Amino acid sequence: MRRHLRVFRVQLRISIASAMAYRANFLVEGVLSIAYSALTLLPLFVVYGARASFNGWDLSAALIVMAYFTALQALLGGIVSPSMRDLVERVRNGSFDYVLLKPLDAQAAVLASRCRPWSIFDLLAPIAMLVYAFGHRGYPPSPGELALGFALFMTGALAMCSLWITCAALVFWVGRLDDLLYLLGAIFDVAKWPVAVFPGPWRIIFTFVIPVPMMTTFPAMALLGSLHTHQIIGTVVGSATLFVASRLIWRAAIRSYTSASS
Amino acid sequence: MRLHGSEIARVVKAFPTLLRVGVSETVAFRMAFLIWILTATQPLVMMSLMTFIARGQGFRGYSAPAFIAYYLAALIVRQLTGSWVSSRMTEEIRMGTLAMRLLRPIHPFYTFLASQLAAIPLRAAISVVLAAILLATSGAATLPHDLTQLVLAPISITLSWLISFSVFFTIGSLALFLTETTALGTAYFALFSLFSGYLMPLDTLPQPIPVLAGWLPFKFMLAVPVMVMTRELPITTCLHMLGGQLVWVALTLALARWTWHRGIKRFESVGS
Repeated sequence: MRRHLRVFRVQLRISIASAMAYRANFLVEGVLSIAYSALTLLPLFVVYGARASFNGWDLSAALIVMAYFTALQALLGGIVSPSMRDLVERVRNGSFDYVLLKPLDAQAAVLASRCRPWSIFDLLAPIAMLVYAFGHRGYPPSPGELALGFALFMTGALAMCSLWITCAALVFWVGRLDDLLYLLGAIFDVAKWPVAVFPGPWRIIFTFVIPVPMMTTFPAMALLGSLHTHQIIGTVVGSATLFVASRLIWRAAIRSYTSASS
Repeated sequence: MRLHGSEIARVVKAFPTLLRVGVSETVAFRMAFLIWILTATQPLVMMSLMTFIARGQGFRGYSAPAFIAYYLAALIVRQLTGSWVSSRMTEEIRMGTLAMRLLRPIHPFYTFLASQLAAIPLRAAISVVLAAILLATSGAATLPHDLTQLVLAPISITLSWLISFSVFFTIGSLALFLTETTALGTAYFALFSLFSGYLMPLDTLPQPIPVLAGWLPFKFMLAVPVMVMTRELPITTCLHMLGGQLVWVALTLALARWTWHRGIKRFESVGS
């Protein structure tokens, strides 16, 4: 464990250095992160400008869902996506051998291989949204709700990472996969809306095919104190299942990896 | 892109071959192509959301069927005019393989143009399906059925394809200065979603945005062809909008040419 942490620290330092190397890109990304948060919020405000509430979700409640989405997106853009892209490239050119040779858990090593340090600032927007939303509601969440909300954020993040790793593991069989990750990202985009604002059939797809609600809607309901026990259990069991599945698929995938260069 | 007589002849002669290569390229990477197409699902999500919201009393002048028509048309325009030339250029510049392209006796602008044009048949096949759905769901009654306007629609889409290609070529050329343009691509997409009407119809957005959109190219890449396709408009209005598109074709082509020209002098072929 300590060895893992030490390696991750070094990798973080390398990532910062390499991010600084493309200074123009680095700066653009910073400005962009702010503009992008504003852009994701715009449809929300336009929609709620017309009506106060949809299917029981008012602006402040929807904003909390958006905060969870933005936070997960920050995690995705900061750690998961760059690492997965790195993995795809390594598998293609054969340098994934060196990852396997390291005395580290390969899945953890891959997940920590690349990060975009600037993404840490992306976490400021969701915090601001939460503060605004609860200011708007007039009362803060109770400590219990806050704890549950945070716990479900972690399970949501775990579910998201697992989904991405599963998808990336397919690279060992398919070869080229960057596009599939883009597709996953595009689908994930629906997570920024409370699942209740979608018409029936979509809600079923989002719940059972792509488990989007348990990443954003349910955690938000936890903060609002309106989550039922069976939904909590469903969320926890769901993310645990996804995690185990991703782990198994990853193992199977590694076994079928036939180093490109040797 | 400065064309001498001999170069025009060369481009014309090589173009059919370039197109054939492009078509086989698209077919060879059909899986990637298909996935790329599925990625543009945002209009579908927004469509289901907005129709749900507009049920009954409508939303800012749009009824639920009007939203369906709008977003399906937006999807058609996006399928037909999208291109990945900027990411291809960035990759070639970063890897240094652009050098190989420069050695050919035809300006890269035309080789890229041909490879993007070649993807059109496959894109069109998908758009036809979308158009059929559009017609079935919205019905001919709500869609424009003035013949002149129907003729203008494909012209408008062609013009927006030209603007899009020039814009993507410009972004790709910027990689000659910046090496890494992923962030730039994201910035572009953010501006595009907002000011082109891709995210939401421009007339449903709060005030400074629709006015600003009139002065930016994005509206002419998506909102204009969508309006020509889905709304009964006076022909003079249509022609006026197409005129705007022509102006932007000229401006963005000039910009693409200028950026490439300035940038290529700095190209050192990183990988070789």
